[in-house]
Amino acid sequence: MPQFDPGVFATQIFWLALTFIPLYFILSRSLLPKIGGILEQRQRRLDDDLGKAEALRKEAEAVLAEYEKAHAEAEARAQAAVREAQEAIAAETAKAQDALSETLAKQLAEAEARIAQARQEAASGIREAAAEVASAATERLIGVKPDAKTAAGAVDAAAGD
Amino acid sequence: MATNGGHSPLEQFEIKPIIGDWVVNADGTRYLPFHTLTNSSLYMLIAIAGVLIFLSFGMRRGAMVPGRWQSMSELSYEFVANLIKDTIGSEGRKYFPIVFTLFMFVLFANLLGMLPYSFTVTSHIVVTLALALMVFIGVTILAVAKHGLHFFSFFVPPGSPVAMWPLLIPIEVISYLSRPISLSVRLFANMLAGHTLLKVIAGFIAPLGVFGVLPFALITALTGLEILIAFLQAYVFAILTCLYINDALHLH
Repeated sequence: MPQFDPGVFATQIFWLALTFIPLYFILSRSLLPKIGGILEQRQRRLDDDLGKAEALRKEAEAVLAEYEKAHAEAEARAQAAVREAQEAIAAETAKAQDALSETLAKQLAEAEARIAQARQEAASGIREAAAEVASAATERLIGVKPDAKTAAGAVDAAAGD
Repeated sequence: MATNGGHSPLEQFEIKPIIGDWVVNADGTRYLPFHTLTNSSLYMLIAIAGVLIFLSFGMRRGAMVPGRWQSMSELSYEFVANLIKDTIGSEGRKYFPIVFTLFMFVLFANLLGMLPYSFTVTSHIVVTLALALMVFIGVTILAVAKHGLHFFSFFVPPGSPVAMWPLLIPIEVISYLSRPISLSVRLFANMLAGHTLLKVIAGFIAPLGVFGVLPFALITALTGLEILIAFLQAYVFAILTCLYINDALHLH
């Protein structure tokens, strides 16, 4: 096997050293730091962007919370206003109803008073008319005109039973 | 081995001088002077050129949003970086360049070997052994520098009874010393066996005539497997290097 020919050992070791050592130095001094630098830079950029995104997210959340707070406040105010309006309407309605019932009661009382008066008037008119009729009838029957008092007393006596 | 007119499956592993020539010893054996440019040296040069082109072309713009090529370069970087993070932890950052260089060198050498008529650098034990010894010696120096004489406690399994030490310590020492051998032979043998198998099966295609379609189908499937193995062995080499560094840093 060519691998075990000692005559080719020296040249391979020499060329291995001649190629491997420079490769090591070029890689470790120049190329690897360059790749590492780019990877690190990218990682930093990513972290930066992630941080920025996180900050934006927090900001958005704060805005949302603020909006929700404002919304809740507005709702509460609106509800209060509605309640106030309802109360005001209810109070006005009650007042109007009171006023109406008062007016009605007053009118009723007036009407009752008027009716009572009219009845009284009518009652007294009937007495006088009855007395007049009685006195006129008495005059025509017996030619004597009784005075008003007697006639009235007779009417009262007749109506009294 | 290549006795039958250069059609041996092992012919692909022969080292051929490109600039320079064989020197014949007095006893009839021959050798290549160390500075000879051979097919092996050529493929080592192509491999490192491949690594450098792959990474520097990928990074030529260094864009914040990477293109396809840049993504692949970054992927290789992050692959090895994660490997180190998982096996060694954050202390391992210092050893990232050497692990990355080993991984990329072995990977490109393995993959270049998959091209027809090319040469597989890592199919030679002397290359893989040199890489493994570099890892082994480096790791041992690291361990001694970090722990001093305490390093030798590494050969005493923690919690083992003293009576067992005469048995356990030699086993631990042998297992430690065999690390460079297992590390190098694993890679070398995988490359050797895979490429030999491909050539052996390829040798059946022409003699079988129409039925050569069968070995041809097999070789197509095996080529896919070999590409997987090329990745896998580079990964294994890198992860074992990481584990050895981790042992050197933490002993147990």
